[in-house]
Amino acid sequence: MLLNIENLKVEPRGEEGWTPILHGVDLKVARGEVVGLIGESGAGKSTLGLAALGFVQGGLRFAGGRVLFDGTDLLQLPERQRRAFRGRRVAYVAQSAAASFNPAWRLLDQFCEGPAIHHTASRAESENFARQLYAAMHLPDPEHFGLRFPHQVSGGQLQRAMVAMAMACKPDLIVFDEPTTALDVTTQIGVLAAIREAVETTGTAAIYITHDLAVVAQMADRIKVMRHGREVEEALTRQMIGAPKQDYTRSLWAVREFRRPERALPQASAPAISIREVTAGYSTLDVLSDVSFDIPRGATVAVVGESGSGKSTTARVITGLLPPRLGSISLNGTALPPRLAQRTLEQKRAVQMIYQMADTALNPRQTIRQILSRPLQFYLGLTGKARETRLMELMEQIELDPARFLDRLPGELSGGQKQRIGIARALAADPEFIICDEVTSALDQLVAEGILRLLSKVQDETGASYMFITHDIATVRAIADEVVVMKGGRVMDRGPKPDVLDPPRHDYTRELLASVPQMDPDWLTHRIAEGRVAGDEP
Amino acid sequence: MMRMLKTMPPTAILGVLVILAYAVIALFAPLFAPYGEAQIVGAQFEPWSATYPFGTDTLGRDMLSRLIWGARNTVGVALVTTALAFGIGAIAGLLAAALGGWVDLVLSRLVDVLMAVPALILTLLALSALGPGVMNLIAVVAVLDSTRVFRLARATAMNVMVMDYVEAAHLRGEGIWWTITREVLPNISAPLIAEFGLRFCFVFLTISALSFLGLGLPPPMADWGAMVRDNAALITFGDITPLLPAACIAVLTVSVNFVVDWMLHRASGLKD
Repeated sequence: MLLNIENLKVEPRGEEGWTPILHGVDLKVARGEVVGLIGESGAGKSTLGLAALGFVQGGLRFAGGRVLFDGTDLLQLPERQRRAFRGRRVAYVAQSAAASFNPAWRLLDQFCEGPAIHHTASRAESENFARQLYAAMHLPDPEHFGLRFPHQVSGGQLQRAMVAMAMACKPDLIVFDEPTTALDVTTQIGVLAAIREAVETTGTAAIYITHDLAVVAQMADRIKVMRHGREVEEALTRQMIGAPKQDYTRSLWAVREFRRPERALPQASAPAISIREVTAGYSTLDVLSDVSFDIPRGATVAVVGESGSGKSTTARVITGLLPPRLGSISLNGTALPPRLAQRTLEQKRAVQMIYQMADTALNPRQTIRQILSRPLQFYLGLTGKARETRLMELMEQIELDPARFLDRLPGELSGGQKQRIGIARALAADPEFIICDEVTSALDQLVAEGILRLLSKVQDETGASYMFITHDIATVRAIADEVVVMKGGRVMDRGPKPDVLDPPRHDYTRELLASVPQMDPDWLTHRIAEGRVAGDEP
Repeated sequence: MMRMLKTMPPTAILGVLVILAYAVIALFAPLFAPYGEAQIVGAQFEPWSATYPFGTDTLGRDMLSRLIWGARNTVGVALVTTALAFGIGAIAGLLAAALGGWVDLVLSRLVDVLMAVPALILTLLALSALGPGVMNLIAVVAVLDSTRVFRLARATAMNVMVMDYVEAAHLRGEGIWWTITREVLPNISAPLIAEFGLRFCFVFLTISALSFLGLGLPPPMADWGAMVRDNAALITFGDITPLLPAACIAVLTVSVNFVVDWMLHRASGLKD
């Protein structure tokens, strides 16, 4: 057994002394084996992964148990000797490659740092090895790729360079901590293939941490499900996918099954929002070119595409933050002034926005009551008793207890609760049209599902139209009536959901759908066999 | 409140106590001081005695009384100056951050120009041109000191301006004043308050230095900086009396810094 973690306990310093974060978890990894760790945020996955390096994050401490690496208990070693293990025998690949590379050093120099510190290879040897790895990971121009600086390569390439760097000392074990979570699906598939290939050819063992079931199904031989610092269950991948034993695991599986019930859309005369031949951008660079689509009244239109496709820019044009260079936006058939400053209060009220990061969307110094009262007073002139009544109604609508939450600050709420407050703030304005900008992508799957259900319910109650910006096809399938597919600032395809997606009628939609990992453990293997993972972004 | 006291380090508690003591002495100077501020009570340079605990100065005024009156003048003027510097700097900085564009450009370059010239030289120049006087002193020092407050307020406000909740307020149609006071200011108050303490020390030292150079508070007002200068000759005779006002300055500056350190630490969010 290469790694044997026994009854590991980790605690952070809390309000009253030390409160556990890992309550005694076991983890075994054999040589050459890939173990997947899965669970919602706060489950202790990353803490367990880092423990394999004998490391805890600041403010945490090991409170018991053993971390046996190849027979040596890392927790008993002095820090100096533990450090000799890191990089040399166990390596770590972090979620954000961009934040993990030193921007002032060339990739190759950073690659050679590990071998130089641990004296495992000469500079010339490690440079050669780097080129081999770059080539194996299908990075462009592997001979000279390492001469670039981190900002000169794309996100997917950087993540692959990071995987290569982790292998620089030929470690026995690599801990991958959500290495593809921040990437687009079309980029992700290339990185997944690169990781799989690297692990298979070098025979290194790996711990793969993620919250995405479909991803872990591709990568791991064995899956361990965690929740609240405890193990829920552990089984071989095929067994786990086929027949999960615990209710919690099954609920994780079921999240992807949410489908909004079919409903008949009201046949309104004019669409809520109509975007006509909009071209917009920053200074001379056009980010959107000739974008046109309608958002019918009471409908949810999902705008889908990878990062840089112009989804969020479209939202900025609609809100008036970015006046279009050409084209126009109309609300209920009347043209909206291009600039926010020229719009009437009534027009501003009609268009509301819900943000991706509820953390930055709510002022940390205002109580929930203040946050929600302001639009009520500002747009509708509600004060005193009338405002209080409306506040209660809003809290009821978003299914939070007013007595418990109204006088708290956003920092005291969980991610899902904060997002609900964000929704309530938009609803407070009594809007006709709401832009939902990746509202579920920062949330755990179970929480995200709750938000999607809430948004559907609210739409049924208020009849507001949604523009739902997302990169996640599962979300689109769950909630959308119509779909707009965007790429490079252009609309690739648009229409009712079944027409656009089932089956995909546009080539790019097809590629997008084919890149979304499926629960089938053989999915990636098939994709590689089909040669569908070229994945080399320009 | 009690919890805050419990978590305060001993240095901060000491600092708070000293500052409180200074405040009490300054506020109730007429009650504490045995003699009047400009009252000539004895001969020149009388030694320490029961009647004159710290002796008398160049003109025969009681040293202890002048130290007590000095607390009122020096600390009071420094406080008013710092408050004014903060008013100017914070408002200009917040406006520059919120409005951007040419407002930001003009204000920032103006501040650059002011900061490019050594502050003391510029102060001396301005004071010589405007003439001495308490009002001129406060105005000149406040304007020159507001440049640093401007920089801090602008930089911290810029970080807050890019937050989604500010964009949300903007989309809602809120005015610039509401955005600044309700959305931005509460989120940058911690560093600003800490900076207030630090600025106060520097203003205090600047005014003392100007007084020592003869451009500070006009006589016969008691002022610690001027008191050091006036009695400096005594040092040559081994008398430490001129060091007393200097010590008053030093103790207050150190105490304020203790408190500011603690506040900065809290604002930075570091746990230990």
